[in-house]
Amino acid sequence: MDDDFIELDRVEKVFDVRRKTGFLRRERRSVRAVDSLSFTVARGEMVGYIGPNGAGKSTTIKMLTGILTPSGGRLRVAGIDPSRERTRLARRIGVVFGQRTTLWWDLPLIDSYRLAHRMYRIPEVRYRENLDRCVELLELGELLEVPVRQLSLGQRMRGDIAAALLHDPEVLYLDEPTIGLDVISKSKVRGFLRELNAERGTTVLLTTHDLQDIEQLCSRVMVIDHGRLMYDGALAGLHEVGESERTLVVDLERELPPIEAAPARVVRVEGPRQWLAFPAAQSAAELVARIAARYPLLDLSVREPDIEAVIARMYAGGTAQDEAEKAVS
Amino acid sequence: MVDAGARWAAEEVPGGRVREGVRAYFLIAGMWIRSTMAYRTSFVLMTVTNFATTALDFVAILLMFSRVDALGGYSLQQVAFLYGVSSTTFGLADMVIGSMERLGRRVRDGTLDTLLVRPAPVLAQMAADQFALRRLGRTGQGALVLTWALLRLDIDWTPLRVLLMPVMLVSGCAIFCAVFIAGAAFQFVAQDAAEVQNAFTYGGTTLLQYPPTVFATELLRGVTYVLPLAFVNWLPATYVLGLPYPLGLPEWAAFLSPLVAAGCVGLAGLAWRAGLRSYRSTGS
Repeated sequence: MDDDFIELDRVEKVFDVRRKTGFLRRERRSVRAVDSLSFTVARGEMVGYIGPNGAGKSTTIKMLTGILTPSGGRLRVAGIDPSRERTRLARRIGVVFGQRTTLWWDLPLIDSYRLAHRMYRIPEVRYRENLDRCVELLELGELLEVPVRQLSLGQRMRGDIAAALLHDPEVLYLDEPTIGLDVISKSKVRGFLRELNAERGTTVLLTTHDLQDIEQLCSRVMVIDHGRLMYDGALAGLHEVGESERTLVVDLERELPPIEAAPARVVRVEGPRQWLAFPAAQSAAELVARIAARYPLLDLSVREPDIEAVIARMYAGGTAQDEAEKAVS
Repeated sequence: MVDAGARWAAEEVPGGRVREGVRAYFLIAGMWIRSTMAYRTSFVLMTVTNFATTALDFVAILLMFSRVDALGGYSLQQVAFLYGVSSTTFGLADMVIGSMERLGRRVRDGTLDTLLVRPAPVLAQMAADQFALRRLGRTGQGALVLTWALLRLDIDWTPLRVLLMPVMLVSGCAIFCAVFIAGAAFQFVAQDAAEVQNAFTYGGTTLLQYPPTVFATELLRGVTYVLPLAFVNWLPATYVLGLPYPLGLPEWAAFLSPLVAAGCVGLAGLAWRAGLRSYRSTGS
């Protein structure tokens, strides 16, 4: 059971969308938000779950937490069917919604924790231990007596994460845990999650738009688009599959016609500055050497592909492939 | 390091869902009371305002009686009796679960989901949401008017009439609670229906503050047989006051209030379950 701690077998979620087409006329249409999704997550894994907006990420998380009932397929978390035993599952999972705090706005932070203590019936000793640990690692000590409304976004996020962990959840779902946070807060949150996973063996599933979250935390990444799993594996592999490109930004001494250095191609020119896209797999050093030999360089920098672009290209590639298959058959 | 075996595992709790719901309700309501106490002056002002604004309803009745001696055959004291029961029961229901009318908003902004990941029934969490002790203002005001009416009225107290008083108050409160729950359940389907709900809750209590004799028979039938608000006070109160109920129902109908209340709560509970199930399958 530890290998398929979270288990999805051809899970589907179909929504009926009603659209107004006339004064009283409505058109019904089904939208397949999650389409025959299958994967398993082992206990103690830390998985990034990414995809463009509307790809089905939130719907998946909502089914995993028991908020939504799947339309088809089989789904188990720690052996529990989330939609049937929502409250039983709730005692064993922790959920952090990045943009919706569950803390009590007008009360000191500690009051939210005391409520969790009683609502989850956490034994006194466990509560003390967990709280002390979270306070130490998330640096909440001085914030405990501060009303939540006075906390900064980063402080509140740390507070929310602690609140989700006091009852020793076996799995933690994080929906955009670093959204809107500054660099320091991000690194604190990431450091804490890494430690939590390493020491407690808590299974972590996180959705994010920030590639760095994945890079620094997750050994495994799943990409979903149009409700289907597009990729499941290591982050490095994603770049290859997605045929992603890195960008070389070159500052020349003066304005010049676009640089020629195939396979790299100029994607943008702004005065003496030019942007070149080249395959992520190609060595930047070799490209820089070639350009330096022929052009007067002042400065340059290499930009890694951003995840949205990788996913976008991946999806575009997917359709191209589909069409190619259609053309053949 | 916590492994599966060492888990302290608070699984399902003895006593079941109802007990767990009530427990969660008090925990959350307690948090809201503490939240309001963070702004103590504001709380006092709001309670006084609540008392005063609801009292204006009764002032309107007093003004009417400065021109007439009776309303639909009811004296001022008798109308005050109806008013007192209606306001007290509604005020209590409104305080206990009135915030359920915020359900539509929670569905729209997605915060209902945060309740669904907690180990407590959503109904209890929703009922305790935004618990406002200041709503005691309305109940207190209603109770005052009711006390005044009881002191001034010359009621022929039989054991049955005495018994009917607490039965009426509890049943009335339960009927209003059922209306709140059913209204909230409807908001799963139509998220902007809070106003429709208000027509039945606030509208209902205002209706019941007046004697049944001033309304048209069709309306009376509606609130007796369809949405049985008449069982909150009209039917039991006419029995206590020794007045005839306009629809010519037998006398024992006054004692049906607890049954009607139980039926209403049962139906509202079913509606709530259906609503929540539909939310969990559609996500909206």
